Amino acid sequence: MLPAISLRGVSKSFGAVAAVDGVDLDVTEGEFLTLLGPSGSGKTTVLRIIAGFEAPTSGQVLLGGQDVTDVPAFRRDVNTVFQDYALFPHMTVAGNVEYGLKVKGIPADERRRRTAEALEGVRLADLGGRRPSELSGGQRQRVALARALVNRPKVLLLDEPLGALDLKLREEMQVELKAIHAEAGITFVYVTHDQGEALSMSDRIAVFNRGRIEQIGPPREVYGRPATAFVAGFVGLSNLLVGDAALRTVGRAGTFAIRPEHVAVTDDGPGFDAVVTSIQYLGPDSRVHCLIDGGGTVVASGSSGRLATVTLGQRVKVSWGPESVLELGPHH
Amino acid sequence: MLAPPLAWLLVVYVGSLVLLVAGAFFSLDEFTGKVTSQTTLSNLDEAFTEPAYWSLVARSIGVAALVTAICLAIALPVAFYVAKIAGPRAKRALIVAMLLPLWSGYLVKAFGLRAIVEPGSGGRDGGLLASLTGWSPGFGYPAVIATLAYLWFPYMLLAVHAGFERLPDTLVDASSDLGAGSLRTFRSVIVPVLVPSIAAGSIFTFSLSLGDYITVKIVGGTAQMIGNIIERALLAPNQPLAAAFTLWPIGIMVAYLWTMGRLGAFENL
Repeated sequence: MLPAISLRGVSKSFGAVAAVDGVDLDVTEGEFLTLLGPSGSGKTTVLRIIAGFEAPTSGQVLLGGQDVTDVPAFRRDVNTVFQDYALFPHMTVAGNVEYGLKVKGIPADERRRRTAEALEGVRLADLGGRRPSELSGGQRQRVALARALVNRPKVLLLDEPLGALDLKLREEMQVELKAIHAEAGITFVYVTHDQGEALSMSDRIAVFNRGRIEQIGPPREVYGRPATAFVAGFVGLSNLLVGDAALRTVGRAGTFAIRPEHVAVTDDGPGFDAVVTSIQYLGPDSRVHCLIDGGGTVVASGSSGRLATVTLGQRVKVSWGPESVLELGPHH
Repeated sequence: MLAPPLAWLLVVYVGSLVLLVAGAFFSLDEFTGKVTSQTTLSNLDEAFTEPAYWSLVARSIGVAALVTAICLAIALPVAFYVAKIAGPRAKRALIVAMLLPLWSGYLVKAFGLRAIVEPGSGGRDGGLLASLTGWSPGFGYPAVIATLAYLWFPYMLLAVHAGFERLPDTLVDASSDLGAGSLRTFRSVIVPVLVPSIAAGSIFTFSLSLGDYITVKIVGGTAQMIGNIIERALLAPNQPLAAAFTLWPIGIMVAYLWTMGRLGAFENL
């Protein structure tokens, strides 16, 4: 089967700045792919190149096997949910949702039926007559979603769609988006800088840094076997061991990462001597920061119950199994 | 804090407007040419029931509307280019270029246009157009409309430019994303979102054109607008009749401002 989206050697420069630097990417049909990275890493530019809002400086964009590099946005079978929603302020909610169908010349009765269905799908059936300015942030978000989905695109592009929502609403919308993805069966490309969101929603994650993809794979793989120090630090927390600390604790030179949940803190037994420098209580879990004798800080995390006896300034042993030491490639 | 400026506005602006309107109700001493203390409705009668004045008022409105339409038709693409396409340096230069005409005098510009449209006659060379092309619109309504459009264009341009600056780029992206080509996006998204800015700009072009009488004298030839009738009455001198004539533009502008207000012209000032 042809990939829904293929990027081949896509680069984009703004003046002297390379925002995207040679990205190759295949997105399978029906997949939920997340582009994850800090701001300025090129993930949004890649999304805009797929949508057709930006032309790549070099490289090719294929949709369903067709080269669309020179096809304008309005002729591409993709739809976008914008970060600021980009709802038309002079149209009603229904008018916004209907717009794409109207532009394509769909007959009025079918238009009305599909608009009503789409609004129902995002639980806004009663608000079709309102103006966007009369809606809450979460409702606007859902209008933007309905406006894109009503066109039944092959690919839905989402540019940090939950960024402007508060935490509780964001978590609700994450679940809702996953349900919509499963139901609609279309390809989602989702841009976010929130690693938790990426891990919980995606089939695959592409981690962006400085215009390149550092690693691409399923969430468990990206989290469990980070390819670079950047990925280890950006996706979840990691204890990085380099130089002296690596030689002493791992026994050889290189760059290594250990997830805090794999670090055990005990009163005695095997391990490295350390002192507790800070304790973070996070509700169900806690984090304990330890300074290993001779240099090197490691963070251990675990259930607050298990770490309840640890006190600030206490002398402890920190230890980890050899299988939880991740050897990292060089930083790009 | 606001009391002194408000009082000033009340006395100078509203006060003089009230005096002006009140002046229309007094009669003129035929022999001395002075305003008497006797009140009368005959000035209003003359200004509002004479059909010749109706057509003059209608022509004035037509000129103001045409000037506004021309300014808008040029301002839309220019402002779009400046606000959305030009790079930062070109943008600065273009904004200065937009403001530059406002720094030169009204009369300079009006006489400049006169020098362009002046027709050649009786062995005399004409203006720039006539000597370059052998053709010129000559003096009259077309020259008046062209001159007024040239004079007031920067006001429309600035208002529309401000509107484009406020128009989020993502709205244009969203329209194109939903399948609309450039023309459709322009018609269905950009223009409706710009309506308040266009309305605000049109208040300048419409009101300044409607009340103009100097340009008409410079390039209008035999053309007449409301302002010329008011001026003639004032110099007659017949101040009460001139005051009665001013009720025409005052009434038209009140109706115009009300309509533009409904379109949102005052929401983003």
